[in-house]
Amino acid sequence: MTATLPTAVGAPLARLEGPEKVTGTAKYAAEYRTGEVAYGWVVQSPVPRGRLNAVLADPAADTLAVLWHGNAPRLKSGDDPELDVLQSDRISYRGQAVALVVAGTLEAARRAAQELRLDITTEEHDALLRTDHPGLYTPERVNPAFPAETSSGDVDTALAAAAVAVDVTYRTPALHNNPMEPHATIARWQDGDLELHDSNQHPSGVAATVGALFGLPPERVHVITEHVGGGFGSKGTARPNAVLAALGAKVVGRPVKVVLPRQAMFSMVGHRTPTIQRIRLGAEPDGTLTAIDHQATEQTSRLFEFAEQTTVVTRHMYAAPNRRTGHRLARLDMPTPRWMRAPGEAPGMVGLECALDELAERLGIDPIELRVRNEPAVEPETGVPFTSRHYVECLRAGAERFGWAGRDPRPRQRRDGDWWIGTGMAGATYPTMAQPSTARVRALADGAFEVAIGATDLGTGARTILTQIAADALAVPVERIRIRIGDSTLPKASVAGGSSGSASWGWAVTGACRELRASGRDEATFDSSELVQHQEKDGRHAFGAHFAEVRVDAVTGEVRVSRLFGMFAAGRILNPRTARSQLLGGMIMGMGMALHEEGVLDPAMGEWVNHDLAEYHIPVHADVEDIDAAWLDEHDDRINPMGSKGIGEIGIVGSPAAIVNAVWHATGIRVRDLPVRLDKLLSLLP
Amino acid sequence: MKTFDYRTADRSSAGLAPEAMFLAGGTNLVDLMKLGVATPDVLVDVTKLPLDGITERPDGGVRIGATVRNSDLAADPRIRRGFPVLSQALLAGASGQLRNMATTGGNLLQRTRCRYFMDATKPCNKHAPGTGCPAREGDHRNLAILGGSEACVATHPSDMAVALAALGAVVRVDGAAGERTVPVTDLHRLPGDTPQRDTVLEHGEMITAVDLPALPFATRSAYRKARDRASYAFAVGSVAAALDVDDGVVREVRLAFGAVAPKPWRATVAEEVLRGRPATEESFRAAADAELEAARPLRDNAYKIDLIRNLTAAVLTRLAGEAR
Amino acid sequence: MRLTVNDVEHDLDLDPRTTLLDALREHLDLTGAKKGCDHGQCGACTVLLDGRRVNSCLVLVIAQQDARVTTIEGLGTAEEPHPLQRGFLDHDGFQCGYCTPGQICSAAGMLDEVERGWPSAVTAGDDPDLLSDPEIRERMSGNLCRCGAYPNMVPAIRQAAGR
Repeated sequence: MTATLPTAVGAPLARLEGPEKVTGTAKYAAEYRTGEVAYGWVVQSPVPRGRLNAVLADPAADTLAVLWHGNAPRLKSGDDPELDVLQSDRISYRGQAVALVVAGTLEAARRAAQELRLDITTEEHDALLRTDHPGLYTPERVNPAFPAETSSGDVDTALAAAAVAVDVTYRTPALHNNPMEPHATIARWQDGDLELHDSNQHPSGVAATVGALFGLPPERVHVITEHVGGGFGSKGTARPNAVLAALGAKVVGRPVKVVLPRQAMFSMVGHRTPTIQRIRLGAEPDGTLTAIDHQATEQTSRLFEFAEQTTVVTRHMYAAPNRRTGHRLARLDMPTPRWMRAPGEAPGMVGLECALDELAERLGIDPIELRVRNEPAVEPETGVPFTSRHYVECLRAGAERFGWAGRDPRPRQRRDGDWWIGTGMAGATYPTMAQPSTARVRALADGAFEVAIGATDLGTGARTILTQIAADALAVPVERIRIRIGDSTLPKASVAGGSSGSASWGWAVTGACRELRASGRDEATFDSSELVQHQEKDGRHAFGAHFAEVRVDAVTGEVRVSRLFGMFAAGRILNPRTARSQLLGGMIMGMGMALHEEGVLDPAMGEWVNHDLAEYHIPVHADVEDIDAAWLDEHDDRINPMGSKGIGEIGIVGSPAAIVNAVWHATGIRVRDLPVRLDKLLSLLP
Repeated sequence: MKTFDYRTADRSSAGLAPEAMFLAGGTNLVDLMKLGVATPDVLVDVTKLPLDGITERPDGGVRIGATVRNSDLAADPRIRRGFPVLSQALLAGASGQLRNMATTGGNLLQRTRCRYFMDATKPCNKHAPGTGCPAREGDHRNLAILGGSEACVATHPSDMAVALAALGAVVRVDGAAGERTVPVTDLHRLPGDTPQRDTVLEHGEMITAVDLPALPFATRSAYRKARDRASYAFAVGSVAAALDVDDGVVREVRLAFGAVAPKPWRATVAEEVLRGRPATEESFRAAADAELEAARPLRDNAYKIDLIRNLTAAVLTRLAGEAR
Repeated sequence: MRLTVNDVEHDLDLDPRTTLLDALREHLDLTGAKKGCDHGQCGACTVLLDGRRVNSCLVLVIAQQDARVTTIEGLGTAEEPHPLQRGFLDHDGFQCGYCTPGQICSAAGMLDEVERGWPSAVTAGDDPDLLSDPEIRERMSGNLCRCGAYPNMVPAIRQAAGR
């Protein structure tokens, strides 16, 4: 063996595509030269519910085609009704694609789309989520396949008997993924086959989905996704832009490019559902939890059911003999919610971790100590063991690094000039998942190895990490690995989602490399399906703890995060350089969730009216001050060959609650309706 | 964006076709053209005119050319020294890139950020007169508490204009009828029943310069802005002020509010209350309250009353402290 | 229309509605400048226009006769990176990379503004350090990054500035 070779995994290897990204030569979906490309501009419904009777185009307009359900090619219906674009007169939400204008220039397409007249019969709509919505129902399952409700013991009796109880309702608004690269596709038909340069998190999935709509087997759809400008869940499946581009290209006989305008990304590509969460906790005076009840009300659309797993996280966090979780949905005339970074966990941990902070206050117990006292030995609901769980260690080590000791638990005690100052903390967790994938390794004539897998790198570092994994599995330096990803014709990989990319793809890559060495052949392909499907059922989760120091301006109520620190236990960290960046990125998105981000609903319009980046605020440079992330050296050889747990999402889980709790500590004000903006604080400040 | 003819203005008083508009930095106009909210047939580019100078006036004031870029104006040593409130207001707005593009005239003439105005598919009395104002019942968290009407509660989004209002700046205008001057506080109209007209300018009239009259005590002036994130966000409330204190008593004060009205709101009532009063936080709060008596908040924007009162007290208290 | 981009002169005959960003991306095959919002709200399209950083999505090409434009492609190459490009590589100042060219062009313009002594909203005092971390953050706030790579960009820019 090559005992002298340092392992590549665990080294801070710089991103392989870095030079291309910093010099502007990395190509994203809309940036390929593909012959005489025409431009498609999507026309969106200006009403939330109704029927489109006719589309009236100016005959003098400089267009190649105007497609709508009255003339668009017929698609075969798939399992995502939102992709059956231009197939029906039914309008299910404001912003839905109702027509596509194709023209020779971007400028002509955009103007023709603006001038298109739509003959619509408008119907009454319902856009407002509320806990007394008459249509609320309990879904059969919540995403991806969890029971919607769980219950054990007698929660009501325990709450009634509890020495101390809290009963609070937290609300989180609609949130919008907003990757910097808009959803974009260039579609080209050649001899009946379809080529898509498309921005997505799953090239083979997009090939299969779009192919099915056009009656093509996946191998006749070639999806190229070399670089992706972020996705955060919103590019997990094909989005309407891919179907629209393919439709347009079919009709005009030229490649067609469709780039969604930023404004359309607030309706057509998914969002995180608003949630209304009622949390009830009962405890003994010493802090021992006797009851946990976490109920979420959230929305889905008329088109199909999407059930965010908001309270599932509560099933894994703390011990309590009496416990209940549940979800209720309302079908609204609004866009369908989709995945956004840590779906379920991110909003759910706002409710749970803020409620715990309130309980700690009532009990007069330090919030860290309260969590430690309720640490379960096994999965609290199922009783199965954890493969590894170092939550308490994260709390302790994080507190040490942050300087928690000696904190005055009373709120509104620290003042520096105009600023009220406070600190807060919250726990973090995210499930450790892996999905079947296939990788192929080839020994090349020059001594290098080509590693191929249809994965994508959304900025996660996947390209780099898979290279490191392959190098170690082949016992060669990373320079001898040539990684190929981002193409549906490569061996089939799972979606870049659920913080499962490195585990899923790394598993397949490791398998292929091991097989190559064992077989002595020049090429090996490995499909991880069987191994992944036979994983043991023990609880597999990453854990962490967030610590925040905020200051609140006594004059204006403006909140700033002076310090944010996250301590994580996420198995083996494959690349500390990219890992730290990704964890910080999640925490910063969590800051946005706590303080800035909100789809502002106008119920009468049936729309989030702040649909651009000037009005939907995501954190800017100036919002991010002293921030850091660290991790424990956690070993878990029961989860996958790398021992890695996935870090793409845990950064956004818990960081919002830590900030909201710190705002309370600074001001004495509990804001239970995110985001925490100045108008919610100002009148309550002393 | 509707197609248009492009021309360069050869002199500032060039007449304008009915559907023509002036183009300067483009940061607001090109944005609105893409949205289909602004649909000029002719664009007259004024950036080639010799209007980009900043010159001192014999009386100690400063003349700012209409096409002086926001970043140049904010960095100008005479402005930083003599009128810090203006430099601070400019730097509180937008981003480095936008300040490099936006001009003095264009900044004054930028249109509201009201979300209904900026969406051509929605009703709005400002972009489509007579279609109604959904903001009153809908989203108005950042709309007007002062000066609004049933027809429109838009706020003027400029930071710069708030400082200019406090400084008593005068806008120089050139048009078919010749040159005239308009105090910056009279430039913007209140909406009344005709919110589609933002300003008193006649079609074809163009801003050529903004004059800052001499105001020696403006060396002690400041701008403070509250917003929803730390930078690169429009104000939810702002205050521009200059203060002259003599022996603990307010001799003269200039005060203007931003993000509360369809125009930069010169707080003349508050100024009147303050003259001759002790320069204390109590006086400043009372003065703000006197001005804000006229406020008519909607469901979700009453917080602006607290915000403006607090900002006024904080800014003036600080200026009074510097005077000691 | 004559436009000089990265020292190469171009004669362009474009729809008058064409923005500088679309001219670069759709007509000159310079796709380094990115379209993130198309409305001056994200900074991904930042280029240097006659030496100053601007949002190219709000610039009409027709109004820029004889202008000189520098895009990310004109700053440096993979073989010979600009100090800012080097800094971003050294400090992992990006993740998805889509905002990165705009960040780097913006930083280039920003450092020039600092060189000229321009103040920012956080500049205070008579002899301020215009490249302190709060200064860099404020001056770079016109460039959004959804991946949240901000904390790594600050040292990248400091390094490029020789600090």
